[in-house]
Amino acid sequence: MIRAVLGITIAALLAGCAKMPVVAAPPPPPARTDLYILLPGADGKAGSLVVTHRDQVRILSTPHAAAKIGVPGAVETATATAEETRKAFGAALSAQPPRPTSFQLYFLLDSDEFTPESKVVVDAVLGDIARRPAPEIVVIGHTDTVGADDYNDRLSLLRAESIRTRLIERGVAAEQIQSSGRGKRELLVPTADQVPEPRNRRVEIVVR
Amino acid sequence: MPHRPAVVIVAAFLTLLTWTLVPATALADDVGIVKVSKGTAAIERVGQRLPVPVGAKVREGDVVITGADGSVGITFGDNTLLSIGPDSSLAIDRFAFDPTTHKGAFETSLNRGTLAAVSGKIAKQSPDAMKVRTPAAVLGVRGTEFVVRTGEPIGTTPGR
Repeated sequence: MIRAVLGITIAALLAGCAKMPVVAAPPPPPARTDLYILLPGADGKAGSLVVTHRDQVRILSTPHAAAKIGVPGAVETATATAEETRKAFGAALSAQPPRPTSFQLYFLLDSDEFTPESKVVVDAVLGDIARRPAPEIVVIGHTDTVGADDYNDRLSLLRAESIRTRLIERGVAAEQIQSSGRGKRELLVPTADQVPEPRNRRVEIVVR
Repeated sequence: MPHRPAVVIVAAFLTLLTWTLVPATALADDVGIVKVSKGTAAIERVGQRLPVPVGAKVREGDVVITGADGSVGITFGDNTLLSIGPDSSLAIDRFAFDPTTHKGAFETSLNRGTLAAVSGKIAKQSPDAMKVRTPAAVLGVRGTEFVVRTGEPIGTTPGR
């Protein structure tokens, strides 16, 4: 009995020894794979990402949908956990610039005169600028659909430039402010053509 | 000959003036501004290696690189936000944006490392206009938020 146990032990030890050379040469650790993850947007919805690797195409379109490429030629799809995302992308995510903020200013018909409520907004803009690293301001003019395209392009730019001037008067550095006019391309309230709509006569100030 | 020191002083003054003026002016070919910069980082621009302070301007053709402790966040002219983590290299291959029509093109290459992105107006206006390339794949960006990590060839990165 004792001899049998001893025999098994020796056999086990020998087997262990026999395995040693294999253990001594570990397989190469798995290489870091390519990893692409679609995240939910600020509104909770996800957009989509079209991943093309050689002849393979995968479309990621749900929040946290992930594509991995470990072995060349093979794209694996999965759902990434919040932990996995944080672990792999924590540093890149924490270096994200602050999100741009958007303010709306409204105008009286056919003019670049503010509505009274809009005067308060300018103070909010100045407060936001003060909180940002290397702040920039983009002033974007919009019109309603009354009038021709080129008239509205000019009017929208005029409105934007008038706001730019006022911001400079309030102490914002001129080179920090860009202005542009979108004419009637981006209606806040969708209307048919040639419809007066006060809410579309506006200037958007983006602080970023 | 007696004028030479004056010439040197004027030249030095002009050089200083250029250094101080250029970063303060938004040049037409600036496409983005650095908003976050941590640790070791550099911008490679036509053979030069430039520092990356907050407020640095980024241009088409620049390659933004970070060291083991570095990360950089950039806001682009169409509101796209891109940030890279440590040991990363991101090339700004192409950026074109019309603020009136919102038409444009935005192409970058993440040669190595990690990238976090929030797409802006270019991707919103035309879903095929924004692309991120990695050594392994091309990502067509139809919006909005996503992260990208490049892999490394098997056997080159022990310990990962």
